[in-house]
Amino acid sequence: MEWETVIGLEIHAQLATQTKIFSGAATAYGAEPNTQACLIDLGMPGVLPVLNEEAVRMAVKLGLAIGAEVAPRSVFARKNYFYPDLPKGYQISQYELPVVARGTLEIELEDGETKTIGVTRAHLEEDAGKSLHEDFHGMSGIDLNRAGTPLLEIVSEPDMRSAKEAVAYMKKLHTLVRYLEICDGNMQEGSFRCDANVSVRPQGQHKFGTRCEIKNLNSFRYVERAINYEVERQIAIIEGGGAVVQETRLYDPNKDETRSMRSKEEANDYRYFPDPDLLPLEIAADFVETVRTTLPELPDEKKHRFMTHYGLSAYDAGVLTASREMGDYYEQVVKVCGGHAKLAANWTMVELSAVLNRDNLDIADSPVSADMLGQMLARIHDNTISGKIAKDVFEAMCNGEGTADEIIEKKGLKQITDTGAIEKIIDEVMAANPGQLADYRAGKEKLFGFFVGQVMKATGGKANPGQLNDLLKKKLAG
Amino acid sequence: MSLSNEDVRKIAHLARLAVREEDIEGYAHSLSDILAFVEQMSQVDTEGVLPMAHPQDAAQRLRADVVGETNQRERHQAIAPAVEAGLYLVPKVIE
Repeated sequence: MEWETVIGLEIHAQLATQTKIFSGAATAYGAEPNTQACLIDLGMPGVLPVLNEEAVRMAVKLGLAIGAEVAPRSVFARKNYFYPDLPKGYQISQYELPVVARGTLEIELEDGETKTIGVTRAHLEEDAGKSLHEDFHGMSGIDLNRAGTPLLEIVSEPDMRSAKEAVAYMKKLHTLVRYLEICDGNMQEGSFRCDANVSVRPQGQHKFGTRCEIKNLNSFRYVERAINYEVERQIAIIEGGGAVVQETRLYDPNKDETRSMRSKEEANDYRYFPDPDLLPLEIAADFVETVRTTLPELPDEKKHRFMTHYGLSAYDAGVLTASREMGDYYEQVVKVCGGHAKLAANWTMVELSAVLNRDNLDIADSPVSADMLGQMLARIHDNTISGKIAKDVFEAMCNGEGTADEIIEKKGLKQITDTGAIEKIIDEVMAANPGQLADYRAGKEKLFGFFVGQVMKATGGKANPGQLNDLLKKKLAG
Repeated sequence: MSLSNEDVRKIAHLARLAVREEDIEGYAHSLSDILAFVEQMSQVDTEGVLPMAHPQDAAQRLRADVVGETNQRERHQAIAPAVEAGLYLVPKVIE
């Protein structure tokens, strides 16, 4: 039987505020345990939460960026469960009336087609603390620094039909929250994490199959692998005559499998109710409009502009707008090199990205600034150096040997464009290789490459490749 | 609406309340009576009425995103039953 996969994602984005969602404690990552956990975060009796305006602003920002409705009135609710890293015994979240509802996000599929994924809602809530299960004499250690960190939980419609689509959606959202500067997107630190709801149904069936929720997906790779594993598991159960049980499962990256996390009997019953400690959140239209004026150019807009303005392909424009920093870098390179958009795109995407990947650097920490790269590309364009020599110049810039002009000067890399000089070398090469010359003239045209190589070798790679080709052809023809 | 003994057991478990088996029947009756009392409200026509989220007719005030809390770990942990390496220690919990 043909099976169709149905996936919906719940993504938790930690909002990049200075303080907690309901308290004035700092949210800096990596602080000593419990040094950023105040009485409110500890759930002490008698304290009251006060909502952080910046968290609200960030939620509105996301809502506007995905074309969603920003609720003029939303309500905080208590989600009740017991766990030691949640000292109050409830998490303050939003339930029936979230701050953001009904948005959309467009993803690009592998075949270049686009698909619109519905975003059901996004709501504000607080994060829990961290439990450390290393051995503390048979006890668990609790660090409440993270307790109360603002989260935006972004819930999609079950619109995705493959693990690849799910990853494309997650990546798109990841790009978006960083463009909006509402989340640092650091997945290792847990700033951006994902739960996936996965089910399968026979192709053509309208009704959804029973779903499982997979937790603990903190990388794009894990999302893809966990979903693929889960789909296989569910199909095997159904084809074996069994039924999928609705449950929460945990992905284990070491074993590359999902396993049951909570049995059905203990299925969570959170008993949500409006939090009496918090009044309804009212967001005025002028607040929303003020936020709207702060929106940056969004990834899709930037990509479209790069295609129309710089004449880039959809793929290139997509890569160069993957982050705001990347887009800014590219535009600066184009400007400095004199508007050679395609040349700038190739160098930014290929050579620069290779170095950044190799040294595991962010573009902000690139050893070669956009100005430096742009100046070097200008030297390619004015024929001072060839593209091949440029790679050596670029490598030297990466090693901190100076600007392109300095390196070209110091290493004598300036291209030979003097026709007479190139012809002289060609003559020498021909004289030194009479056998190959005879073979070439007898019809072995493949030897052309051999002669190009010999001349390049003799000039230290500095002969202008275009000129060399033309001159060599004439000379070899005799 | 009336609650069964099983409902009472479940609610008690969710709330981590230790309820003696012989008291369950009584709780089931009392809680059912409370629900029946509240149930009277369903007779009111609430068409077009916004559900009340808070008895006070006011909106949430917002706080500026400025750090106002300093590290008070020592004082907070002075009243904790067990601490080590800055962590609060609790009976082992593993999913």
